[in-house]
Amino acid sequence: MRLQGKAWKFGDNVNTDLIIPARYLNSSDKDELARHCFADVRPGFVEMISPGDIIVAGNNFGSGSSREHAPLAIKGAGISVLVAQSFARIFYRNAFNIGLPIMESKEAAQSIDEGSLVSVDLATGEIVNMNTGQQFFAKPVPRFMREIVDAGGLVEYVRKKGLTGLGAS
Amino acid sequence: MPMTMTEKILAQHASRTDVSPGDLIGVKVDLAMANDITAPLAIAVFNEIGKQPVFDPNRIALIPDHFVPNKDIESAAQAKLMREFANHHQIHHYYEVGQSGIEHVLLPEKGLVIPGDLVIGADSHTCTYGALGAFSTGVGSTDLGVILATGKTWLKVPPTIKIEYEGSLLPWVRGKDLILYTLGTLGVDGANYCALEFSGSVIKELPMAQRFTMTNMAIEAGAKNGIIEPDEVTLAFVAERSHRTPLVCTSDPGADYEKVIKIVVDTIEPQIALPHSPANVRPLSKVPHISLDQVFIGSCTNGYLEDLREAATILKGRKVAKGIRLIVIPGSQLIYSEAIEQGIIKTLIDAGAVIGPPCCGPCLGGHLGILAEGERALSTSNRNFVGRMGHPKSEVYLASPAIASASAVAGYIAGPGEL
Repeated sequence: MRLQGKAWKFGDNVNTDLIIPARYLNSSDKDELARHCFADVRPGFVEMISPGDIIVAGNNFGSGSSREHAPLAIKGAGISVLVAQSFARIFYRNAFNIGLPIMESKEAAQSIDEGSLVSVDLATGEIVNMNTGQQFFAKPVPRFMREIVDAGGLVEYVRKKGLTGLGAS
Repeated sequence: MPMTMTEKILAQHASRTDVSPGDLIGVKVDLAMANDITAPLAIAVFNEIGKQPVFDPNRIALIPDHFVPNKDIESAAQAKLMREFANHHQIHHYYEVGQSGIEHVLLPEKGLVIPGDLVIGADSHTCTYGALGAFSTGVGSTDLGVILATGKTWLKVPPTIKIEYEGSLLPWVRGKDLILYTLGTLGVDGANYCALEFSGSVIKELPMAQRFTMTNMAIEAGAKNGIIEPDEVTLAFVAERSHRTPLVCTSDPGADYEKVIKIVVDTIEPQIALPHSPANVRPLSKVPHISLDQVFIGSCTNGYLEDLREAATILKGRKVAKGIRLIVIPGSQLIYSEAIEQGIIKTLIDAGAVIGPPCCGPCLGGHLGILAEGERALSTSNRNFVGRMGHPKSEVYLASPAIASASAVAGYIAGPGEL
């Protein structure tokens, strides 16, 4: 699937407190969480972006708390895909589990500027900066995680494989 | 094949003879945990999967601790949802306000984690239990929801970074200072996806409370888990609390490490993490007299009885400086009760501290001590990100209970030696 949207640029070590401050964790509703996405660093983020826009970030995106509310808020805000130099471990899992596409590419993360039109092919990992024509390829996703994505998230994966089917070997 | 202790525990739970870093494995979970913030989402996932029973009502812990006693109507609804789920599924380890405490303090205290266990919690500081020689790591709510149904999860076997601490500690240097110093060395992503194994003669001398403080903050370097080899201190702690037989795993000589870092502790001073990163660390002597509005002693990092006792030792016969709010929150109901019996709470109150009910408190900016714009706090907790404890233009400094207590008296960041 090919996704296209405007790039919103973030730096290194964007932690989950920045993505969704804890004071908003008294809700699990993704539309409510989306309203407060990046509340302290980019107030009004959800109004600024258009559905389908793309986040391009630096190193260690999603560090800190395990709150799944963070990828939910980003997904709820309408972001279609997240490209970063690297992701923190728990955020990486959470994003796959809830079906928020994420891609790792150091080159793309460093080269793409805020506001650039970016096109992403989830199947091949191709990332294109439409403004400059530069092409990048994301780090391949492990086969097992690809199966989770293909199933439509972890819940669907477990439903298909059955309760005893969970295992990566 | 020689293995690290983390690899051994993972292999055992995957029913394999050995595993190597990078292997994706399915594992059975000994204990699954969630709190009032992460459980509601996990329960929604559990219900989405189907109408199955939980995998084992005796191997699940649901702990109200983040926004309790309920801070508002929405938080009350979340706590209620978790309570009703616990009642419906007869979850054995659900602890109501009044018997509860902070999840990571409470589970070891109740003997629910012993050496060799594999624990998965929907909270990033689940890595705390590694101090008991268990493998424990944090996940999000969807992973936890699936575990509630299946008792299983998948993991990527992490490479291990070993940190060896040798030498003699200076006065007032505690596990908190060692882990802050280590974070300053590693950086906030220096152990991303890795196991952090804390070892060396210095660790063997630390009481359990300080070991928990260290493994608790492994996540602040991005680690998957923190872990310490069980020894007689660990086994004595566990024997008092659990009837189960511990599986003591130790790292083999010749085990493969991603990196081995040797830290000589002789010259390490008490450490302060400056805003806005736990890795932005300076020794106390290099920190100027920074004035404070609030001091918080508590959290899953430093809410132990030993921490409160250390605070009382420093605050005895002294008063909190004018203009400073000192908030102390015991990590569990039991700690609170013992601190009362031992006269610790009276000492703290006489000094001018306010005592909060056992819960996470202001650590994550939830309630019971939110900072206003421009305010500055010193906290014994684990994170000082922008807006962590309140207004995005407030500041949080991290340190040990000893530094926190001395600073509350001084009114600015100071060590006990300066009083």
